[in-house]
Amino acid sequence: MTYIPISPAERDAMLKTVGVKSLDGLFEAIPAKHRFPKLDLPPALTEMEAAAHLGDMASSNENVRQDLISFLGAGAYNHYVPSVVDHMLRRGEFYTAYTPYQPEISQGTLQAIFEYQSLMTNLTGMEVSNASHYDGATAAAEAVNLAYAQFRGKRRKIVMSPSVNPQYREVIRTYSQGMGLTEAGDDSSNHEDGPEALLPLVDESTMLVVVQFPDFFGRIFDYTKLINAAHEKGALVCVVANPTALVMLKTPGSMGADVVVGEAQPFGIPLWYGGPYLGFFTTKKSYVHKMAGRLVGETVDARGNRSYVLTLTAREQHIKRERATSNICTNQGLLALGCSVYMSVLGKQGLQEVANLCYQKAHYAASELSKIDGFGLCHPEPFFHEFVLCTPKPASEVNQYLLDHGVLGGYDLSADYPDMKNHLLVAVTEMNSKDEIDTLVTLLKEME
Amino acid sequence: MNTPSNLKYTKSDEWFDPATGAAGITDYAQNQLSDIVFVEILVDEGEEVTVGKAIASVESVKASAEIYAPAAGKVSAVNKALSDKPESLNSDPYGEAWMIKIEGGSTSDVMDAAGYESYCEGRSH
Repeated sequence: MTYIPISPAERDAMLKTVGVKSLDGLFEAIPAKHRFPKLDLPPALTEMEAAAHLGDMASSNENVRQDLISFLGAGAYNHYVPSVVDHMLRRGEFYTAYTPYQPEISQGTLQAIFEYQSLMTNLTGMEVSNASHYDGATAAAEAVNLAYAQFRGKRRKIVMSPSVNPQYREVIRTYSQGMGLTEAGDDSSNHEDGPEALLPLVDESTMLVVVQFPDFFGRIFDYTKLINAAHEKGALVCVVANPTALVMLKTPGSMGADVVVGEAQPFGIPLWYGGPYLGFFTTKKSYVHKMAGRLVGETVDARGNRSYVLTLTAREQHIKRERATSNICTNQGLLALGCSVYMSVLGKQGLQEVANLCYQKAHYAASELSKIDGFGLCHPEPFFHEFVLCTPKPASEVNQYLLDHGVLGGYDLSADYPDMKNHLLVAVTEMNSKDEIDTLVTLLKEME
Repeated sequence: MNTPSNLKYTKSDEWFDPATGAAGITDYAQNQLSDIVFVEILVDEGEEVTVGKAIASVESVKASAEIYAPAAGKVSAVNKALSDKPESLNSDPYGEAWMIKIEGGSTSDVMDAAGYESYCEGRSH
């Protein structure tokens, strides 16, 4: 199908309307010398030459599939992605980044989103999921929008744990600029604090409490007590969660959370270059009208057959305008599909096996690493597949040493927590073989 | 179109009952909005409202609308049951689906039933 945006007659009519004779006339305001400047480009390459050149450039990247052993996590995790996920993503019927316009004509896409939503509510223990957001950080920021709308601006305080992913806290601060919010708790120097430290900060002006599960340092806390206390003050609680951990641990829904969001990249999306990723957003039915984003519902068509529709759209910005909770009227369609395929292919048992492997391997690594002189676990709390290793020298030096030996060490926490200089955040997934873990242990033993 | 004669009407399709202080949306409005799926009252008991202040937000399957105070005064009651039964705005807009009561509500620029009917007829095409 040829796509021609305008016909010559339409173009002429538009030019006439704005009062210029030709297309050149339209651009007259731009000085002629800047209109078509001579670009200093090398001679054109043939396709074969260009492919070879780009291949050379790409091979200078080191990746975690072939070149490096990786223990880096901190929000993005290296998991195995079954080939069927990629196969489904490349199917022409599904190949769009967006919820389609005229959505009901795309029943397959809507069904995939509906399945995604259903799986996400099962995973988080919540009642409703939207069709997804761009990434975990923006999903967390939408929880702030939900709370703001729920209290109609009458409550304007957010209490954020310093052990929420620093990038998420940054995005929340960016999103909420101009909303006149006050923040409490978000002080990176109090990183050791558990949920009880947030309790005295929650008051009758608090609209939302944000915590992470497991937290940025990998620690597992039961937030039930904090959530109950927040509810007593009338505040809502958002839990930022890791989906792989949710397979094994108590769900935030069962702790009483009002909103559960997170990064679904671990479910079927490669690390890529830090994106595009997939944000999930789940909540209780009572907040569905304040929820941002698209929502797919199941219904029956005129013949009584099962069918899918975009539902409750009047709450969205294209209808509700400035009174809508959020300006987000789309989702991360293609990657939500990938996530659904991943969950469906692995199934409940497969997901449990992945979670169990992550847990067991991380605990083996932690146990071996903490036996090395000068190293130790920084936190006593239980953890899932990530933990903070205290190192005898600055984490940046440890990482450089490891990288020189082909190992991507971990996340240098001093980047976000200035007093955590000798603190390395180590992630272990099912992708790390016992040999890889033993290599890390041996290297650190030999480090001078 | 149902327009009870004891009520006063606004150009933005709210009704006000001077006898009881009750206010809501008209039969014409519910018909224009079609199936209403969500309603949120935006004011609390004891709050002072002025004419034109947003008192509720309504969402139907195809549209969203703000509802404005048809009279000025103190909010003496809020219909808390309404949010659980938004469809009553379609079935009984003057009865079960009252939104708030405005104590000593003083109106300005309102129409009687006959005036509102001809106003609505003028808008249909």
